Amino acid sequence: MSEPAILFKNVSRHFGEVKAVDNVQLEVKDGEFFSMLGPSGSGKTTCLRMIAGFDRPTAGQIFLYGQDVSNLPPYERPVNTVFQDYALFPHMTIEDNIAYGLMIKGMPKSERVKKANETLDLVRMPGYGKRKPSQLSGGQRQRVALARALINHPKVLLLDEPLGALDLKLRQQMQVELKNIQREVGITFIFVTHDQEEALTMSDRIAVFNEGNIEQVGTPADVYEHPSTPFVAGFVGTSNLIAGEVAQRITGSPKRFSVRPEKIRLAQMDDQIEGDMFVADGIVRDVIYLGLYTRYLVELEGGGDLVVIEQNLRTSSIDVTKIKNQKTRLLWKKEHVSYVGG
Amino acid sequence: MLNRISTYFYRRPRLTLALFLAPPLIWFLVVYIGSLISLLINSFFYLDGFTGQVIREFTLKTYAKLFIPTNLQIFLRTTVMALSVTLASIVIAFPLAYYMARFASARMKTWLYLAVTLPLWTSYVVRVYSWKLILAQEGIVSWFARLVHLDGLLNWYLSNETLGGPSLSVSPTGIFLVFLYIWLPYMIIPIQTALERVPKSLIEAAGDLGATPAQTFRTVLLPLAFPGVIAGSIFTFSLTLGDFIVPQLFGTSSFYIGKAVLTYQGTSGNIPLAAAFTMGPIIIMISYLLLARKLGAFDAL
Repeated sequence: MSEPAILFKNVSRHFGEVKAVDNVQLEVKDGEFFSMLGPSGSGKTTCLRMIAGFDRPTAGQIFLYGQDVSNLPPYERPVNTVFQDYALFPHMTIEDNIAYGLMIKGMPKSERVKKANETLDLVRMPGYGKRKPSQLSGGQRQRVALARALINHPKVLLLDEPLGALDLKLRQQMQVELKNIQREVGITFIFVTHDQEEALTMSDRIAVFNEGNIEQVGTPADVYEHPSTPFVAGFVGTSNLIAGEVAQRITGSPKRFSVRPEKIRLAQMDDQIEGDMFVADGIVRDVIYLGLYTRYLVELEGGGDLVVIEQNLRTSSIDVTKIKNQKTRLLWKKEHVSYVGG
Repeated sequence: MLNRISTYFYRRPRLTLALFLAPPLIWFLVVYIGSLISLLINSFFYLDGFTGQVIREFTLKTYAKLFIPTNLQIFLRTTVMALSVTLASIVIAFPLAYYMARFASARMKTWLYLAVTLPLWTSYVVRVYSWKLILAQEGIVSWFARLVHLDGLLNWYLSNETLGGPSLSVSPTGIFLVFLYIWLPYMIIPIQTALERVPKSLIEAAGDLGATPAQTFRTVLLPLAFPGVIAGSIFTFSLTLGDFIVPQLFGTSSFYIGKAVLTYQGTSGNIPLAAAFTMGPIIIMISYLLLARKLGAFDAL
């Protein structure tokens, strides 16, 4: 299908004076794992709710595979949602929860029970059909919520921070599984999260939201390596923004730029500088040893700070702290600089 | 000193718990259960019709009296009344409770709470008497019926043998209306509480999965509100079963359970029969609760 799965045309959602979503354009391709990333209150959840139909735009139109759904009620939209709190029906068994959509469509009991159990297999929870939601753990409920949505073969699956309530280990495991399931079923997933790592791990493309607007849309690598605004540079990863006079001295231009901390190398003051490198001198103000790597905070000559991350390949915690308050030279490739404007 | 006492109890949580629970438990066992047992025992005695003395011997004679047609009719009449009042309360209470739980602003909700519970602040008897004024022959309802030229309809309704009477204030319909009025708050609050506990996301989820608002109501909201409905109906049902003031003030000569108990116990000193009569509502309530459990009222608890 060449038609985009979701298309936002000048969509706004204002709550009185508050512009939750302000004139947003957005295109989600068919079959994509698309993430909406942003801090709370940035409008990402409101966008999701407008796709689901729980909220209506105050202006603009939303198209689902070419059909204008802006004013359709939720029960007439071929999309399903996995809720943040899972929203499982407490008075029904897992089987009945999963088969709820089929029951509404009028599928006979025996048939929908069979389908429900097939879907339980898909989310790797065979044999749980007869239990009640209260008997399941958070991770299991999350899978049931996913199964309940997937069983209806929605054209688009909406996920509203579904991993937020899980602990780190389980979350990382579910990230991989979600991605696998998405590949298996081939449905367009729209995933709302405030966790940049989660978005980077799973997405084909990411839209970064801020204050009701989309700041940047791109692949995880795009968004991370080439942030187009200071906000994206700061929200996805560590900001490392330098502007003005110091920028002028380093790059030859006062334009504000961003460089990722792991791209910077701590060098000796007499190291050779190659032509494709930027160089900046400074003093190491802080050293934080984190086992796998060490974070250095370097105060540049002429003002401004840069965070540098280096893997602890040969160094130990004692070695790395020796450099504190020493003069150092920072080197990084020119191609790793993004001019972010603003 | 105080510290040492605290430490003493802190180290003996069971003793602390026992001390905390003792007063309510004693109260519950002695006053509640004790009086029920005494009631049960009394119901197995009988009244000597000749001397008017209660004979303290085990007998089922008193219970047998419950099954004479007049008394069976009292049970039937009271149960039907309690059921009608309960059903009508549900019908009236649900929409209001629904509005309070789901749509009303915090401010509006406070006002509605106040409005619902305000009648409970005044004396029950005063409120019941005020209905006398509303329903009396020269009362507000008749006046209004004449005003809109529906007095013919009202009189035709009152001429109905089972529902009517000399006026609304002396008729089963009058009893029904007053019961409905005085017990309604006890239905609204539990339903409202139950509905309020249903997360908004459940309703959205049902819609999201294709359920129309009517289907959502039937498959999600109603089952989850059902425990509240049952809790409310326990109030309305049992309160109606046992009340004797309203039938006394608004009734025709027909007896209701409460009035029968009062008459036998107070007027004729037949405490065994009064006690046996009281067992009636208890058994009806137990059957009601068993039925409710069978319908799944307590599944979601």
